[in-house]
Formats: sequence, C-alpha cells, structure tokens
Amino acid sequence: MPAGDFANTRFSSLEDVTPANVASLKVSFTFSTGLLRGHEAAPIVTNNTLYLVTPYPNVLYALALDQPGAPLKWKYEPKPSASSQGVACCDTVNRGAVYDSGRIFFNTLDGQTVAVDANDGHELWRAQLGDIRKGESMTMAPLVVKGKVLVGNSGGEFGVRGWLTALDANTGRQAWRAYSTGPDKDVLIGADFKPFYPQERGTDLGVKSWPPEAWKRGGGTVWGWISYDPELNLIFYGTANPGPWNPGQRPGDNKWTAGVFARDPDTGAAKWFYQYNPHDLNDYDGVNENVILDLEIGGRMRKVFAHPDRNGYLYVIDRETGEVISATPFVNVNTISSIDLKTGRPNRVQEKEPVVGKVIRNMCPHAGGGKDWQPSAWSPVTRYLYIPHQNLCQDEEVVPANYIAGTPYVGANVKMHAGEGGHRGVFTAWDVAAGRAAWEIKENFPVWSGALATAGGVVFYGTMDGWFKALDARSGKLLWQFKAGSGIIGQPVSYRGPDGKQYIAVLSGVGGWAGAVVTGKFDTRDVSAGNGWGGVMADLPANTQQGGMLYVFSLP
Amino acid sequence: MSSRCPELALACVALAVLAGCHREERRVSEQLPASTPLEGIVLSDLRAGGTPPPQKPEFIYQSNAYAISQGKQLYEWFNCKGCHADGGGAIGPALMDDRWIYGDSPQNIYATIVEGRPNGMPSFGGKIPPQQVWQLVAYVRALSGQVRKDADPGRADHLFTRKSEQSLGSTTPRASSPPPQPQ
Repeated sequence: MPAGDFANTRFSSLEDVTPANVASLKVSFTFSTGLLRGHEAAPIVTNNTLYLVTPYPNVLYALALDQPGAPLKWKYEPKPSASSQGVACCDTVNRGAVYDSGRIFFNTLDGQTVAVDANDGHELWRAQLGDIRKGESMTMAPLVVKGKVLVGNSGGEFGVRGWLTALDANTGRQAWRAYSTGPDKDVLIGADFKPFYPQERGTDLGVKSWPPEAWKRGGGTVWGWISYDPELNLIFYGTANPGPWNPGQRPGDNKWTAGVFARDPDTGAAKWFYQYNPHDLNDYDGVNENVILDLEIGGRMRKVFAHPDRNGYLYVIDRETGEVISATPFVNVNTISSIDLKTGRPNRVQEKEPVVGKVIRNMCPHAGGGKDWQPSAWSPVTRYLYIPHQNLCQDEEVVPANYIAGTPYVGANVKMHAGEGGHRGVFTAWDVAAGRAAWEIKENFPVWSGALATAGGVVFYGTMDGWFKALDARSGKLLWQFKAGSGIIGQPVSYRGPDGKQYIAVLSGVGGWAGAVVTGKFDTRDVSAGNGWGGVMADLPANTQQGGMLYVFSLP
Repeated sequence: MSSRCPELALACVALAVLAGCHREERRVSEQLPASTPLEGIVLSDLRAGGTPPPQKPEFIYQSNAYAISQGKQLYEWFNCKGCHADGGGAIGPALMDDRWIYGDSPQNIYATIVEGRPNGMPSFGGKIPPQQVWQLVAYVRALSGQVRKDADPGRADHLFTRKSEQSLGSTTPRASSPPPQPQ
C-alpha cells in the first residue's frame, strides 16, 4: 500500500542506506510513463514486481524486478472516459494502487474501482461508483481491510456528495457506503456512534446543519488517506471541504464535512466523528493523513493519531474516543487563533472571515492549507513526524456560486502569495511529544511530494523543480540530492529487491494542484489561474518541464 | 387459421426478396451533395484537395460593447470561470493566450460551447440560448483582444487578478487549429 502500513507511517524498516553511505546512491533503473500530467502515486512492490498507476488515463504498469533493468512485464489500460478530465479540480492525478492477496486495486479518474490479477494483469472486476455528470471523480489510493476495498470520491469543487464505499475484494460488489452528508441512515450513524464533543451529537445533523437541500451538493468527499487500527478494529479517514467555498451559501456547521470519522470496517458503522473545521471558511478540508502512534502523554500511554490539518494545526487525537489532546500550529496561521481543547472548536479571527462583497487580504494559510494532500512520514526511531508542506497565504473574495451539475461549484476569487519569509515550501521534522518543530528546511517551491522515513536514519522527499533529497533524519542535514527530469510530487518508497539490496523509488512528473501551472499551461498574467495559483507559481514553468518518469536508486 | 398460413408465408418471402434487392442496389448515378462542414466549421488547417475553406459570415458582436459585457457576466454565471479562471486557465485551458485547440473563429467557439469537447469541456447545448452563447463567444474572444478595442471591457467588479481585457492587448491566435477567419 502507498503508505507502507495500516498506520500510515511511511516508515521503512530497511537500514542499509545510512547517513554515512547515502551520498553514494546511484540510479539503478528508470521507467518512462509516457505521460505529462502530475504523477502523485507511490510505486508498490511485491512478488518481485513493481507496480505503478499513472495519472489519467490511469495505466497500471508491472515491472519485473528480478530481471536486469526491470523490464515491463505487462500493462493494464482501464481506458477511462476522456471527459473525466473536465471534472478533475486539480490536475488529473492518481495517488496510487494497493496490493492484497494476489490482486492490485486502484481507482480511475472517471469513478471506477478496478481489480487486476497481480500476476498477469488481467482484469478481475470493475465497479462504476462515481458519476462524472455529477462532477464525481476518483483520485485516492484505496485501502484493503479484511477483504474489503475502501474507496472514496473526489469532486468537492463540483458540489458532489462525498462518500466512502467498501467493496467486496472478491467481487467488487458494494458491502456498504457511508455518505458524509445527509440523514443518519446514509451516514451510517447508529447506536454505536459516540462522539466526544456535544456538537457532534443529535439526530440527522448531516441534514440539520445545512440550509434546506444544501447537503445534497455539500461536498465532504473522501479523497485522502485511510488508516486502520486492527486492535480497535477502526478505520480513520478525513472528509473534505463543504461546497461551495463561499460559506455564506451554507450557514451551519455543515456536517459531516472537514472532519474525521472513526468507523467499523466490517459494517461501516460510525464510532465517532470530530470536525476540524466546522462550517469550513477556507477550503481547509479534513482529508490529511491520520498517522497512528502510541504516545506517552501525562505519564500514561495513549492510543492516538497525529494529523497535520490544512488549517495549519497539528492535532494529536485520542483514536479511541475522538478527544483532541493537543492542537499546535506548525505553520504561520492568522485565520485561527487557537483550538479550544474543551469544546474542540477553532477560535477564528473575525477579520479574516470571508464575506460576500469584500476582499479579505492575507489569509494564512491559503486554501491549499498549511499542508495539502502530500503525506507525512513518522519515524519511531527519531519520533519525529516529517511533514512536507507549503508556506502560502491568499487574498480572497467570495461570490455567489451557481450550481450546474458537472461544472465547478466554488464561488471564490483567489490569489495566493508566499507566506512570511518568502519561501513557498517547508519540510518540517515535528517533534510530536514536545509539540514543536525539531528542525525545518525552507524550500523555494511548495513541497508537494510525500515523505519517506527509513530505519537507516535517512529521510527522503522531492521538490517541484526536480531535486530528490536525502536528509539526516535527526539533524535535517542534506546528505545527497539528485536532479530528476521533472518536478517531484510523488510518494517516495523503499523496498528490498530480489537481490537483497535496499532500493529507493520515486516518480517524477510535475503537476498536481500546485503544479497545474505547468501541466495546464496557464497564462499567468491572470494570477487567479488554477483557483489562485497562477501568480504565486508563475516561475515554475521556467524551472521544470513535464514528463512522468520512475527513478529507482540503490547503493553501488 | 390454418388456411391463412400459406398467404402469410408468401408475403414474408416477397418482403425478404424485396429487402434483399434494396441491400444489393448500386446507386451509381445518384448525385449526392458534396460534403460540407456544418455551419462552415472546420477543425483542421489541412484541407484535402487544397481548396480554401468557405468564407464565414461577419460576426456582429465583435464590435458590440453591450454583448461583450453581457458575455462577461454569463461567463461567471455559467461557471466558465470555474474552469478557465479569468482567462488564465485552470481545469480547462487558458483563453487569453494565443493557443486555440479547437479554433478561434466565432463559429468554432460557438461549436465548442454547444457541442462540448472530448477532453473535458462539457456540452452546454440545450442549456444556454443561442444569443447568450454568441455573447459568451464575444467575451471569450475579448479575453485575448480579438474584438474591437473600444468594445473590450475596461474594468472588473471583482478582486484584481489581471489587467482589464482592454489593457491586456491582443494576441495573434496560433495553433494547429483552423486559421483565423478574415474579419
């Protein structure tokens, strides 16, 4: 699975590559995907085979690791509808495939989940789940838990209704679906639902916390990461922003968007929910990863997860109950002054709240948040959470949004700019126990790649201008870097090859929301291009070119 | 009942024979009209046989400030802006630059809006009345200065994201798309 484990740590136990020898990493082999859009996926390795799924048209490649140069074993083309590119808000990305019991599962941009035989690439089943005519697409990496393939939809900028669906891994038949808005029976809220905070208790809050009917196009999509705790038998996943962005069109808390659900993976029944961003004002979502850890807090071990939210706060949450134990800003935040640990609600800064007819200047963080989709890594050795993220703010004017199915439903004019310091990206080693950054690396461009931590004491990430970097996990010292052909927004992984050596693999291929200025060939005289990125990323096209390529490194 | 069966069978045979004749017919002498693109729309710079594309009718809205400003409002209301931003592009391509994938002529732009395009442009056919489509066409062309300068909008009512259409200046449309039509 892309995250390496159910806990979403992205920690590799391999320790051959160390700070002492990482400088001699060399390219072992490469593989071109032949595609030009943003490559956000993680390669996955099993059965002496490396599997990778591309952005639209979502080709699945299988490379033979037991042969010199890792030649292509087979490829599988799902041939998704070309029209689906028109409902992909933020480049036509795919965040990866997952392996389970001899099968590869992944999603296609046009809303299908596909199961393919991992040995020969023949299609086992496909399930059409999303409808592009309603603006639904699928970009997330599935997670397989106890024979169920868990998948969610994208389309929060198109007024879709978010859901997480569990499919039988053998047949593709739907086991359950949990919507993120609407009546309790659709959200799978029943007798087991025991949220920690009183504002999450009541009947049909997914209807009552919206203006009439607005929940039907209210967003809350599930396009991020799912983690699973086998001991508690709970999955944890975030729900995305409410639609439209213009908050004036949806008074109320807009449940169950921009928060986190804990559910029973067998039945889908909700156990608890916590809303990071009630009545989300800033497209802060709640989809970022929930990294499962056990932490000593106040003298006792607590079962928690760490969640760096788009709103700029790093949450440590009790994963049994949904109680927020701490919430600390990890970037410069001026839209929220603090998180009230008694009520769980953010204390918002009133003059930064968007209002129709008014331009609000310098809201930090911007709509992409203090950190967007790019997943962080946890090292149990250093006990740091390595967070790839951005340092961006924005000016915003909200305007009335018209709902026309299959077209954007946003209602915001945005222009972004670099936050304090002028650097647009940061790679932060966050000391979770101490609640502060141990060190951070400033980057010129947003750090839009995932992070990888290894037992050897080296952490990896990539930059949007194409540098793949290895740092000392303890000190953050740059130990090695390699310039790839295109900007890196993929998820680095490490695996042991059939020859017994440790390999590090990453996809290059700039794009994604932050890199769409290159892939979409924006005219950056319009600084609002790409939902506000045109101006702040205007120099990216001069610093990298398109092109998907897998790079795999090893020691000589 | 049984006495009618032979007649039915005969009729069936006759029908089958007739249909067979039609299937085998060679209509060699028939004069079919030469194939012409609908409404003069072409999507290629190349024309087999080398003859020039037909002249297209004059586009009246290119010099009409009212139609262009109506188009600007419709551009927002029909969510064109959601995909093309203020002309710089987002989910869909930029409209203020010189690249025209499906043609820059008013007819081409009209067809693109009404028919949709296979890589994600939705079809708005049946959703927008023709006159409003033409107003949108006028505004789309105004974004890259393809209309009379004094008819181009000179100010925006929203967050300043770029120079006004009027002060952006015009570009020369380039593409492997149809050549610009004589104005």
